[in-house]
Amino acid sequence: MGEILLTMRGICKSFPGVKALNNVDFTLRAGEIHALMGENGAGKSTLIKVLTGVYPKDTGEISVEGQPIAIHSPQDAQKNGIATVYQEITLCPNLTVAENMFIGRNENLVVDWGKMVKRSDELLKNLGIPARPKQQLGSCSIAVQQMVAIARAVDMNCKVLILDEPTSSLDDKEVEMLFSLMRDLKSRGVGIIFVTHFLEQVYAVSDRITVLRNGELVGEYVVEELPQVELVAKMMGKELEGLSDLDKNRGKSSAAGESLYEAENLSSSEAKPFDFQIAKGEVNGFTGLLGSGRSESVRAIFAADKVTGGKVRMKGKQLNINTPYQAMKAGIGYLPEDRKRDGIIADLSVRENIILALQVMKGFFHPMSKAQMSGFADEYIRALEIKTASQDTPVGSLSGGNQQKVILARWLLTHPEYLILDEPTRGIDVGTKTEIQRLVLKLAEEGMSITFISSEIEEMLRTCSRLIVMRDRKIVGELKGEELTQSNVMRTIAGGGKENA
Amino acid sequence: MPERKKTGFFQNNSQLLIPLVAIGLLLIFNLIRDSSFFSVNIGTNNDGYPVLQGNLISILNGASELAILAMGMTLVTAASGGQDISVGCLAAIAGSVFVKVLRAGPITGWTVALGVVLCCLVAMVFGCFNGTLVSVFKIQPMIATLILFTCGRSIAYWINGGATPTVGSPIITAIGSFIPGIPVPTPILIVILVGIILSIVFRTTTLRLYIQSVGINQGAAKLNGINPLKIKLLAFILLGACCSVSGVIGVSRLSLINHETLLLNIEMDAILAVAIGGNSLGGGKFNMAGSILGAYTIQALTITLYAMKVPSTDVKAYKAIVIILLVILGSPVVKDAFRRLRMRSNSGRTSIGKEAA
Ligand SMILES: Nc1ncnc2c1ncn2[C@@H]1O[C@H](COP(=O)(O)OP(=O)(O)OP(=O)(O)O)[C@@H](O)[C@H]1O
Ligand SMILES: [Mg+2]
Repeated sequence: MGEILLTMRGICKSFPGVKALNNVDFTLRAGEIHALMGENGAGKSTLIKVLTGVYPKDTGEISVEGQPIAIHSPQDAQKNGIATVYQEITLCPNLTVAENMFIGRNENLVVDWGKMVKRSDELLKNLGIPARPKQQLGSCSIAVQQMVAIARAVDMNCKVLILDEPTSSLDDKEVEMLFSLMRDLKSRGVGIIFVTHFLEQVYAVSDRITVLRNGELVGEYVVEELPQVELVAKMMGKELEGLSDLDKNRGKSSAAGESLYEAENLSSSEAKPFDFQIAKGEVNGFTGLLGSGRSESVRAIFAADKVTGGKVRMKGKQLNINTPYQAMKAGIGYLPEDRKRDGIIADLSVRENIILALQVMKGFFHPMSKAQMSGFADEYIRALEIKTASQDTPVGSLSGGNQQKVILARWLLTHPEYLILDEPTRGIDVGTKTEIQRLVLKLAEEGMSITFISSEIEEMLRTCSRLIVMRDRKIVGELKGEELTQSNVMRTIAGGGKENA
Repeated sequence: MPERKKTGFFQNNSQLLIPLVAIGLLLIFNLIRDSSFFSVNIGTNNDGYPVLQGNLISILNGASELAILAMGMTLVTAASGGQDISVGCLAAIAGSVFVKVLRAGPITGWTVALGVVLCCLVAMVFGCFNGTLVSVFKIQPMIATLILFTCGRSIAYWINGGATPTVGSPIITAIGSFIPGIPVPTPILIVILVGIILSIVFRTTTLRLYIQSVGINQGAAKLNGINPLKIKLLAFILLGACCSVSGVIGVSRLSLINHETLLLNIEMDAILAVAIGGNSLGGGKFNMAGSILGAYTIQALTITLYAMKVPSTDVKAYKAIVIILLVILGSPVVKDAFRRLRMRSNSGRTSIGKEAA
């Protein structure tokens, strides 16, 4: 491992009402992958944004290769060889993939479009990213957008590469692709800062770990000397409760009652016709590779895309669900996959974001009183342990994981009979993740039906009693009971296993 | 933590700073220039009734149409992220309808009421037209409203057919200047009434939440069951209603309608009022009080310039200079710079504190 590349000393950063970083030190060596770990709201993204000049620091020093440097803007950071992929995708959805990879990087104003497209085509192929240079970025899945952001950063001959939760929307294969890319860069002497909530990934690629908790530095460790259990304890400040009791619960939830929701030949502008049903108190899931149509299917159920056909029955009664409002009125809730685009109303307060869906259901002429809103907001901020300075804080300034919790709170507050959760644990820390899984099973026990989608198969195996497997926008199989094992799911996804479609 | 007052009208008060300071500076400037600028006295008008007079009153009175339009413009801006440039023309159309109704027979309280209702309805229909272009056909608001901006005054002309039809009546005078016995100019009362109606709407409906949600993140609003089309349409219809009220005031002031000059160029002032009030012209969160203050700021500026005997041909240039200053002061870049400055001085202090410890 090489010489010291980057040091941050005594970094402090406050936002109104929060001390996001308190006297944090961080050291990065050349040719190492350094994991930055901590719970939601611990200050990881803030540390990175201070380093890249997005936020000015209150105090502290940053030096690169021994030279103290002043970074006032992301451009300064780039000039110093620091390339970044932020937690929330910051590309322009209405530009093409190639433009997104090169825009703002040309020193000379004249752009050679032909060369740009050719170069990006090479890069995309090299990294195995399934996108065409001339495709509009907005038309790609989040995973592909994420990969494009990485490709953009990688192409800028950087010394330091920062990846803030780059894998939260990637599947195993894509993660492996990203890792080999990271190892390659590492061997070329690049120092990589890697933020993630996936512990296995940390142990798969990292050399060192720095742990933050509540904006304070807990310590820096060499990976081999820090077993996983201890890492979690360091992050949470306490031991993680086991998950074993979760598995026992699952048996119960699979003893499902009468059918709650049924769809026949349901199709939308994005999803091909499919049949689906869920029983009262059941937890089931859609699985499949990204782009397999799992998100599109649940969006069709909620009428998030334009519904183009099919019959829908709720408790045996035929219903027309053509708008999200009708779906909500029928008792369906939907937590979308892309929280930034479809979930949060960034400038509105945490309170308004939490009560939004319930307020809409109450109707235009029945606004809730301030006291009522505050009551609900308080209740859920406490129940989900949302870290926020106050109810009035704009939700956009919360940490990624806490924004996710706000949207979860929004839907729990409406007490739906059928709740669709598309990647509810994306960007959520390990402790809270198990809390959410526990919550899902508890809600199901109380009679709520839940459809759960996650890129992590283990998570789905832990919570779902039935898995619907999709490939190429079609349902290709269904697994339940004894069949629910990781290898079975993988085999069905890949197309080798049991198929009953 | 002190509970922040948050009613439908006064939200996020820090953004009111710039218009408040601007008005304050203008008034102080006037006070230095002419110590009698502030004097408000009670005079008697031609009919022998007591009326309030003075520069302050004429600022408040003169800004009435603008203030009402600024309120509507705030809603449209917040919901659609664009501006309606046809408000002046729409006010002229509404005014023409009002005049048309009044000239149909003898003017009584009932016909005036009928005229107000009818011209309000017509203006709302035109607002609905603008709103449909924006929400259903997804045309940029400025482009969509360019249509009515271009042809609105011709339509106003067609309605009455004459050059400047007059509508003399004590009732009209009461609307345009003073109600006998009440010393406050009626337009000021109408602004207050419109403000009260809007704040009642904000209290009894979820309009504010919906408009802001749609303006900030339309996609997410839709997935929460809000229909962005309806909300944008509603904003334009409400602006139409505001236009009709302004049109009625404008007509009543002169007891006639000149469709070419009635509230000419007021759309730009209305947009400016929204901007000076600290509202983002890109939509999203809004502050109604800011826009209203913005309207009075613009009027105070105009009156000051006239009081200084600036030739009317030069007034616009001077106005532009002040407005550029206000808008730049309220821009995110300057705000950010101020914030950083404050933070730096704060952190400087804390680090010194640490060394001492
Ligand atoms: N722009 C901002 N304005 C106000 N507060 C902020 C802002 N950005 C972050 N914070 C606060 O700073 C704290 C740290 O946030 P940060 O985003 O660094 O967390 P994180 O460790 O990246 O969490 P996650 O794992 O959820 O992404 C949080 O309490 C957050 O609310
Ligand atoms: Mg983060």
